[in-house]
Amino acid sequence: MLTLWGNVLASGILMGLVYGIIALGLTIIFGVIRIVNFAHGAMVVFGLYVGYCAGAWWGIPTIVAAVGAGALLFVFGYGLETLVVKRFVTRPHHIQFILFIGISLVLSGAQLIAFGPDPRPSVSHLSFETIAVGPIRLDLARLQAATVAAVMILALAGFLKYSTFGRFIRAAADNRLGGLMVGLPIPKIYATTFGIGAACAGGAGALISPLFDAQPFLAVDFTLLAFVTVIVGGLGSFVGALVGGLTIGLTEAFAALLFAPSLKSALSYGLLMIVLIVRPRGFFGAKET
Amino acid sequence: MQKKRDALPDRGAVLGCLAAFAVLAMLGGVLNPYLISLLTIVFLFTFIGQSWSIMLGLGGQLSIGHALFVGIGAYSVAVLNIRYGLSPWFGLVVGMALAATIGATLAWLSFRFEVRGIYFALLTIAAAEFSRVVFSGWEFVGGMQGLFFPAQSGPNSFWMLRGDARFYYFVSLAAVLLGVSATALIRLSFLGYVWRAMRDDEDASRALGVRTFLHKILVVSFSGAWAAIGGGLLALVQGSVFPDSIMGMGISVDILVGPIVGGLGTAFGPLIGTLITLPLDHLASAIGNKFGIPGLNNVGYGLALIAAVWLLPDGIWPAIVNSAKSITRLSWFGNLQMEQVKK
Repeated sequence: MLTLWGNVLASGILMGLVYGIIALGLTIIFGVIRIVNFAHGAMVVFGLYVGYCAGAWWGIPTIVAAVGAGALLFVFGYGLETLVVKRFVTRPHHIQFILFIGISLVLSGAQLIAFGPDPRPSVSHLSFETIAVGPIRLDLARLQAATVAAVMILALAGFLKYSTFGRFIRAAADNRLGGLMVGLPIPKIYATTFGIGAACAGGAGALISPLFDAQPFLAVDFTLLAFVTVIVGGLGSFVGALVGGLTIGLTEAFAALLFAPSLKSALSYGLLMIVLIVRPRGFFGAKET
Repeated sequence: MQKKRDALPDRGAVLGCLAAFAVLAMLGGVLNPYLISLLTIVFLFTFIGQSWSIMLGLGGQLSIGHALFVGIGAYSVAVLNIRYGLSPWFGLVVGMALAATIGATLAWLSFRFEVRGIYFALLTIAAAEFSRVVFSGWEFVGGMQGLFFPAQSGPNSFWMLRGDARFYYFVSLAAVLLGVSATALIRLSFLGYVWRAMRDDEDASRALGVRTFLHKILVVSFSGAWAAIGGGLLALVQGSVFPDSIMGMGISVDILVGPIVGGLGTAFGPLIGTLITLPLDHLASAIGNKFGIPGLNNVGYGLALIAAVWLLPDGIWPAIVNSAKSITRLSWFGNLQMEQVKK
């Protein structure tokens, strides 16, 4: 019995780290550019297809595919911000919402055209292999995804905290006007931040490709998952995204164990409602949003 | 200029508006069944879009989960009619009361801690998704299998709100006319002024004695009740209710695309916008199906949305008004345009 709980706890934490990195992408874009990326789920699915293609067509391992997907999505996000999103930074929220719904539709549509509506199951053998850590059995695909996600999180935290450009990003998030006045390259900072956010989504998508069948319609689910995670954790907070991710990962895992697997999203939303009643800005929400 | 804007619409504007509705009503007699059913859906989404537009355009609160209220209204009508055989009018009233209560609760939960702006918007979508998941698993309301209205037989009945496609065309057209009038009246009423003051500067209006907390709850619950009527009618027109097709995120998006593309805060924006976006969506799907390429419609519709917010920042209706003004020099066009929402 205790082993079962341990297993569920472990798999919840592992998935939670992946959810955390997805939410991190959303939260960093919001924290710096003050834009909610409603196309986040479509970007996750983008990464999912990269992971699928890499495995099915070229036999590339998932880890390498994740790095590739991250790089690809970074370039995509950087370009998208420079060409399109930039013009909408100062526009009202509802206009931004329409813009990102449009971007999300184009991305999902392109995925549909390229791969069709049928789910593409992963060819990776990882999802069937497990390793034993003491009495707990860990599924290798999850373990790998979580490890890479943890490395990504640490790298991102280090980059933001210690590198010069990371300081620029934090300064721009703190005070855009002040940053402009002291001569920060705001356009470059914004484009890079959007690229990083997209790379988080894409990398996470490729990492979970052994666990999820690639399908364009998953985009809405992932967008909503990212929203729930950041609302629970607090929009715009780095730590909040991680805590939110772990909370949602654990909630889903225990919901599947204690109730029924189909109820797991209902429980996440239930948790969200409780957070909303107790602490509407989430665990680490800033005062002004 | 400022003074003139807030005056009641003059005779020309009212006549122009009535003429437009007369033309639409006459079209109801001659159009083919496909266009009738398409326009019926357009009118219903316009009606729901007007409720959404009140909430943002007057109250300053962005909702991206309006499908919540639509779904509440639809299920109230469906459950009371199918399970208990009650007239849909009871369902509409019950749905309004429920949606108003839920809207007030949601608003109270978030506004009591000063949750504003985009955070509130995310909460609305979370609430809509939560209820969709709950309704999917709730057997009494049909769960994932949904509920079906019995097939229509016998003559059109206004009491039971059952009839053929043309009947629903006129019912939904009447709803839109009601919505346009209600929007114009509310805007010029006491509540309209209070809500607009609150929208433009919440802190300043509170300093002047507006009880903003109360009024924010009021505008959300008012808009929710209005949307619930639209939801109830939508359920009757579709003849069935499913959690995904009446409460899903897609419905929330469809509701607000029309008013925004048409021109937020304008009397005709929701109608013009929905008249363009919804058929465009259908057209894109038809073209995608014709060439056998699934996904082509999403790309086309998505690009159209991006182009719309890029090229026409204020919406289609203000663009039409401005060009019409410069061509015809008719001043009364201006009365149909309301102020823009800057937030």
